[in-house]
Amino acid sequence: MRKIWDIHGGIHPTENKKQSLSEPILQAAIPPYLYVPLSQHIGAAAKPIVQVGDKVLKGQAIASASAAVSVPVHAPSSGTVFAIENKTVPHPSGIDDLCIVIETDGLDQWRERKARQDFNFFADDELLSIIRNAGIAGMGGAGFPAAIKLKSNDSKPIDTLIMNGTECEPYITADHSLMLEKANDIATGLAILAKIIKPKTILFGIEDNKLDVVNGIETALNRIDFSTQSGCTTDVRVVTFPTKYPSGGEKQLIEILTGKQVPSRGLPADIGIVCHNIGTAVAIKDAVCLDQPLISRITTVTGEAVNRPRNYHVLIGTPVSFLLEQSQYQADKNNRLIMGGPMMGFALADISAPIIKTSNCILAPTEAELPTPPPAQACIRCGMCAEACPASLLPQQLYWFSQGKELEKLEQHNIADCIECGACSYVCPSNIPLVQYYRASKTDIKQREIDHHNAELAKRRFDTRQDRLIRLEQEKIAAKQARQAARKKTNPPNDKPPTANTSAANADTTATTDNAEREATVKAAIERATIKKATLSTTTDDPVARAQAKREAQLAQDQADPEAKLKRAVESAQQRLEKLQIKLAAAKESDDPNVNILEAGLEKAQSKLISSQQALDDYKKASHSED
Amino acid sequence: MALMRVTSPHTHNRQTTGQVMQLVLLATLPGVLALTFVFGWGTLVNILLAVVFAIALEASALKLRRQPVKFYLNDYTAIVTAVLLAIALPPYSSWWVILVGIFFSIIVAKQLYGGLGYNPFNPAMVGYVALLISFPVAMTAWPTPIHLTPNTVIIPNLFEALLIGLTVIERPMIDGFTMATPLDLVRQNDSLLLNDLMNEYPQFGRWSGYGWEWANLGFLVGGLFLLQRKIFTWHTPVSMLLAIAIMSALFYDGGSSNSAGSPLFHLLGGATMFGAWFIATDPVSSAVSNKGRIIYGAGIGVLTFIIRKWGNYPDAVAFAVLLMNFSAPLIDHYTQTKPYGHNNSK
Ligand code: SF4
Ligand code: SF4
Repeated sequence: MRKIWDIHGGIHPTENKKQSLSEPILQAAIPPYLYVPLSQHIGAAAKPIVQVGDKVLKGQAIASASAAVSVPVHAPSSGTVFAIENKTVPHPSGIDDLCIVIETDGLDQWRERKARQDFNFFADDELLSIIRNAGIAGMGGAGFPAAIKLKSNDSKPIDTLIMNGTECEPYITADHSLMLEKANDIATGLAILAKIIKPKTILFGIEDNKLDVVNGIETALNRIDFSTQSGCTTDVRVVTFPTKYPSGGEKQLIEILTGKQVPSRGLPADIGIVCHNIGTAVAIKDAVCLDQPLISRITTVTGEAVNRPRNYHVLIGTPVSFLLEQSQYQADKNNRLIMGGPMMGFALADISAPIIKTSNCILAPTEAELPTPPPAQACIRCGMCAEACPASLLPQQLYWFSQGKELEKLEQHNIADCIECGACSYVCPSNIPLVQYYRASKTDIKQREIDHHNAELAKRRFDTRQDRLIRLEQEKIAAKQARQAARKKTNPPNDKPPTANTSAANADTTATTDNAEREATVKAAIERATIKKATLSTTTDDPVARAQAKREAQLAQDQADPEAKLKRAVESAQQRLEKLQIKLAAAKESDDPNVNILEAGLEKAQSKLISSQQALDDYKKASHSED
Repeated sequence: MALMRVTSPHTHNRQTTGQVMQLVLLATLPGVLALTFVFGWGTLVNILLAVVFAIALEASALKLRRQPVKFYLNDYTAIVTAVLLAIALPPYSSWWVILVGIFFSIIVAKQLYGGLGYNPFNPAMVGYVALLISFPVAMTAWPTPIHLTPNTVIIPNLFEALLIGLTVIERPMIDGFTMATPLDLVRQNDSLLLNDLMNEYPQFGRWSGYGWEWANLGFLVGGLFLLQRKIFTWHTPVSMLLAIAIMSALFYDGGSSNSAGSPLFHLLGGATMFGAWFIATDPVSSAVSNKGRIIYGAGIGVLTFIIRKWGNYPDAVAFAVLLMNFSAPLIDHYTQTKPYGHNNSK
């Protein structure tokens, strides 16, 4: 038995897993229309590469990765591209987002596939590009592109690979059923991961409420010689540990299995660990051995408002409503529809939202099952939340500061380390929606950082302007003094009052100096213009071609340095925001009726800035583990 | 049914503040029964009057503050405060003493500070100390345990006890109905060896005050029950009791005439157990982190002992708790826990 460690806090909610495990995984039907969102992962949205009306085959790429942190999207089934438009997507905020809508033809006809059973045939970077091109993004819920996590980084060698088979959220059994039915696929996927990562230790973590899978997993793992895969002696262990929520959180699982803690704001790679979900392992196996991209997943459909709770093998893009029908959904009994589990899942605003790569569960509970929360009472500071918090935070203090919007205090109390697991809200006897407060505060903090950054930029610009003005002023003074000196020279000191003659001469010299100055300026201007012209003519005279050339150069540069591109995006968003801010201020001063429009524009620009900042952060985070 | 838009988590352990408070009330039962057994119906009448006053005052305060009355009354905290204050008061207290005490607890210490959760001081103890300062005589008049009462004094039955509380009939103030408490005796003693003192006065029992030790054991049982139900953690009560034990061991002095009393005498005497398990554990006014709670509890223990030995009050727990309430924010500041990932690898 390998030693395991305990984590702080944690809770034991009713598991409710049996319901959906009574039947094996079922292949869900193909819906008439598939709604495939272009952004199903952390990072930039994919770019469509098909057009409305195009025929597509199952597995064909329909959108390509648009940035370093991005993954492509594939057609989940064969049919015709029906539309590319904004549709409801599963997102906590209930927003619409760009989707490719495919009208399926029911043939489910694959594109050409090259099956390749022996993955040893591939070099590591070939494997990596297969994984990237297969559109695999973390299947555990966060949706982090798998290939990025896999890139090797010499400064941070990985010695431990952790397979996350914890699935600690109540109700969800997608991973459980996968481990029951596809142990061999998981083992093969794990072997591919081991070949790329070359870890010394592989730990397969399973909560002890799933002991029925352990034998199967161990047998499957024993079939594979991991030491030859990774090129060194690899110790492979299946480790079971007591069931407790949220043991499956990446940071928590790492502590349970290794006793180490991921540094705050750091990555597992910082301590030589990388963690992958078993769903990801299966997807990798399918991509490498069967040449099948990620176009389907296992989703648990459960809750008392469905008569037949079970796990489905479902195509990405299938509307939730279509899937629910197959489980005999009773809409009148359902009080809220949750994508994900009861602890961290989010309520769907629209039943027609599609299943995406991260959708591990659709939970349709009745009111009796998950009752409407009663109104929150006062915090009695009982400390139960602190006892439950797996991050060892003081949720009651965070709540207090959140109410007062004391952002500094919140940061001091490490709100950034909150993983939003909901354990604190779960135990709070006063029914305070604590996590909701933390989410809002985190957004506030991010916004403040952006504002701060903007102010900093504005200040810098102001300072340079000020400097320039001072310099100009000084130059003017210097010129004046020079003129005066020149005047003195032509006006030799004598005691006689100036005669008309001398004054005329004086005027003359002034005129000449002035002329000389003017001449110099004109000359400089001409020079500037010639240079400009020269640069223009060296490129090309056709403005369209010029713009294109410029863009191409830009693109080339982008490819070389995606970070620069992201940075540029942030900068341009910032510039736009600033311009708008100035405009808005002016409009407000002059009571312009366009204030509303400008305000809306400003908001948009702000969100654009946040999202591009996010993309940059994601990339930095990712490349942080890369280089 | 329209779909709800709520954020995660969607599930809850379904324990409410009202339920927590009901458990606390339930846990006072063994101690209250012991007190009733020892001192008669007075404690129960105290509780009855205090609860009625507390509900009335809390409801009117909420009304004045334009808060939903029923919603807040349902959290049971006013009732808990009332019961705790009533237990701390000498049995057979007059209704106006109780009313003044409840006024200080509910109106001054709680509602004026903004209601539940915002009170920096333990409401029950604020009420108690206010009374102690305003009515020192009434507050020190503890009745004689029933079994030590001379036959000439008639023990009031429940109805008579109620009438005494309502001051319809007079409390028998004759000698023998009230008596110096064991804590007073030990403090005032300067001539007898501790053992002789305990043998001479009937107020002493096997380990501590006669009757007091049973009440203390009752509150200990109730406290352990709450601990087992995870209503609070062990840190505050255990550190407080340990501090009292250590301090009294230091000043035990081998049982001389200067002795402050044995550790057991202190642990099972006065309001020690009641204070440790029901007053110091009040979460609102205590420290938040576990480390902080150890310091907080230890502070209460040390102060309790110091005031018992050198102060001039019947018991010291109330003062000790209020003093530590003062220090709680400071303790919190210096005992912030290290969250996950901040260099505390095991
Ligand atoms: S659990 Fe709720 S009531 Fe208790 S301290 Fe935390 S936030 Fe306050
Ligand atoms: S949601 Fe955040 S504060 Fe609450 S228990 Fe989880 S990590 Fe702790």
